[in-house]
Amino acid sequence: MLGKLDWSAIPFDQPIPLGAALIVFLAAVAVLIWVTVKGYWPYLWHEWITSVDHKRIGVMYIVLAALMLFRGFVDAVMMRTQQVLAIHGPGYLPPEHYDQVFSAHGTIMIFFAAMPFVIGLMNFAVPLQLGIRDVAFPTLNSVSFWLTATGALLVNISLVVGEFARTGWLPYAPLSETTYSPGVGVDYYLWSIQISGVGTLLTGVNLATTILKMRAPGMGYLHMPMFCWTSLASNLLIVAAFPILTATLAMLTLDRYLGFHFFTNEAGGNQMMFMNLIWAWGHPEVYILVLPAFGIYSEIFSTFSSKPLFGYRSMVAATLFICIVSFMVWLHHFFTMGAGADVNAAFGIATSVIAVGTGVKIYNWLFTMYGGRVRFDTPMLWSLAFVTTFIIGGMTGVLLAVPPADFMLHNSLFLVAHFHNVIISGVLFAGFAGFTYWFPKAFGFRLHEGWGKAAFWFTLAGYVLVFVPLYIVGLLGMTRRLQHIDMDLWTPWLIVAAIGIAVMIVGAACQVAQLIVSIRHRDELRDETGDPWDGRTLEWSTSSPPPFFNYARLPYVENEEPYWTLKQRALDGQAPAEDEAYEPVEMPRNSPTGFVAAFFATLIGFALIWHIWWLAIVGFLGAYATFVVFAWREHGDYEIPADEVERIDRDGKAAQLAWISRRERVA
Amino acid sequence: MSDIESRIEEDLDRRDTAPGEESTTEHELAGGLSGYLLGFSLAILLTIASFLAAQTNLIYQPAVISALVVLAIAQMGVHLVFFLHITTGPDNTNNVLALAFGVLIVALVVIGSVWIMAHLNLNMAPMSAHQAEMMP
Repeated sequence: MLGKLDWSAIPFDQPIPLGAALIVFLAAVAVLIWVTVKGYWPYLWHEWITSVDHKRIGVMYIVLAALMLFRGFVDAVMMRTQQVLAIHGPGYLPPEHYDQVFSAHGTIMIFFAAMPFVIGLMNFAVPLQLGIRDVAFPTLNSVSFWLTATGALLVNISLVVGEFARTGWLPYAPLSETTYSPGVGVDYYLWSIQISGVGTLLTGVNLATTILKMRAPGMGYLHMPMFCWTSLASNLLIVAAFPILTATLAMLTLDRYLGFHFFTNEAGGNQMMFMNLIWAWGHPEVYILVLPAFGIYSEIFSTFSSKPLFGYRSMVAATLFICIVSFMVWLHHFFTMGAGADVNAAFGIATSVIAVGTGVKIYNWLFTMYGGRVRFDTPMLWSLAFVTTFIIGGMTGVLLAVPPADFMLHNSLFLVAHFHNVIISGVLFAGFAGFTYWFPKAFGFRLHEGWGKAAFWFTLAGYVLVFVPLYIVGLLGMTRRLQHIDMDLWTPWLIVAAIGIAVMIVGAACQVAQLIVSIRHRDELRDETGDPWDGRTLEWSTSSPPPFFNYARLPYVENEEPYWTLKQRALDGQAPAEDEAYEPVEMPRNSPTGFVAAFFATLIGFALIWHIWWLAIVGFLGAYATFVVFAWREHGDYEIPADEVERIDRDGKAAQLAWISRRERVA
Repeated sequence: MSDIESRIEEDLDRRDTAPGEESTTEHELAGGLSGYLLGFSLAILLTIASFLAAQTNLIYQPAVISALVVLAIAQMGVHLVFFLHITTGPDNTNNVLALAFGVLIVALVVIGSVWIMAHLNLNMAPMSAHQAEMMP
């Protein structure tokens, strides 16, 4: 009846996971009770859970990313403290638990923290920047989000029901085959990644279509803001690369469930093919994450330097160059697997060449700031920290791209320090910068600058303190994923790294404090202009928060900085042409399809992990029925009458005008 | 509304429709019901031709594989033109580019993988005759 599931799945004998699970469970129950008592369910259901508004879905993606970032960070703290406490000793995490911790850390941070963070920001900002009202397929967008949430939920269920994979964040075969991983850990990994992977692929299709087909009138490709360009490249990479991941994991699933021999040790299986295929996805994935981040930095450098982006066209070219070349470098993740010098040299050279594209971008950002009037608000601080630290990470990357050097450094903490160096400054800082930058647009008030700066400085200091020692112990020969340590040479550096993670905890606490303080003081931080940073692109031309239809009239775009041009013309005394009549706006109807589909997907995933076949069938039937009901819906969208559009738009404009006249009175 | 204006309106509408929608292609050779029927019969013909090439002596034997490759590529072309509605028209640039991007990525991954996998035994220690026999 319940497949492999019984009471032994709950780790009653392990206090740490049980306690953690209990705390999470109680917190979740407390939130549910609070929502019920306050009577927020109808609001949550109608305005958020069933919403197909790209802005709301973007916000929900970022909430998911923040929760998972916290979970992944807790794992990181456990690993750093374990390595300090386990010098000449057992530490507090037994090996089988420690292996789950580092596997969960990597899986969660990449798939459920970094990806939702980046996708959330794209979801929120891209349609606004393009000057349109929603993405190409709004309900599909909701489905994507809820499937991602399903994956995150399954990973976190593994904390208390069963176990998670002990194979590392990519389940290398044959370790991940049933011979060596008989438990449900790898199955949790497989099904959570497959389900959320469907969501990611659908997002890729959705956003690529949106950017290619739905720009505001007049917006040619070379009038798109840089963030839209990098998002386009990133989503093309998603469409091209994620099927490889899905296929590879599907083959591993067949091995584990139906006794196939794709990657097994025996019967003609080839585990090296797994390495090859997983990295054929894995390397483009790096650029899927970092390209939108580069776009966010481009927007911020230009806005906070009060200058147009330097070298717009070279930036576009560099982005597309990276997009293609990212598919030519994947072997550098396994130089040591046994290929000869020809292959290693070719991929090593390609890896060095891809750094040229990034180098072009770095120079463009520097020249954007050069001669500009630079303002050091929090988003700009994150961006400056990115440029300085990312260069170091990039250079260690080029070092690792040299195959003989890689033979020395492969799987050492030097490698770990390298990829954390690039992914934290490249993606996470961009996430924080973009979050601070677009927060006023999403909620109508700014984040508290003081707490934001405190969070920035603590995070930056902690990040340097953690990863510089890891570079050094890596050069001293420490390999990754060690559960205990017997080398006194490494001790001082590991202690410094542990102090660093303590500083990062302070940084994370400041982030939470920033959010709380900002919400409490939202009236003082109110942004009534819709343009808190003196922005240049279209999203700043509408009110903050934007009406649900974004723009009452679709803007006409003549260059890559339409709002800046509009403001300059206004300063020159050319008032914008007085408005012609409003027209009715057609908007998609909210739909519970995404939530319901994800509910059944959760059933499918959980049932397949535990071999509860009848429940899997129920889940499939339910998901199919959801699809049929949605496909045969009678009304996909509704019309907002012109006078309603006019009223909302005039309200927004009135607030802006009131703010301007108040400011003029003060001046 | 004058005749020209209505034609402009129609053009704008056509730009909004997705490639492959009946209204955009029904005037073309590969559009409408006749287009599907034509494509279907071409696909059937090519399939029959493949079987004939493989199972009869119509073609010089060593050339059968080349013939099958040619027929397969023709089959792909028929599918692209008649069923996926890839044309050279200006409204189809995105589709052509997407196809080119897809072909490029597939080629990179397949050729790269084959090259890598064929190279992996290069650094192995020399095998005895007995070990070599044991290889799968």
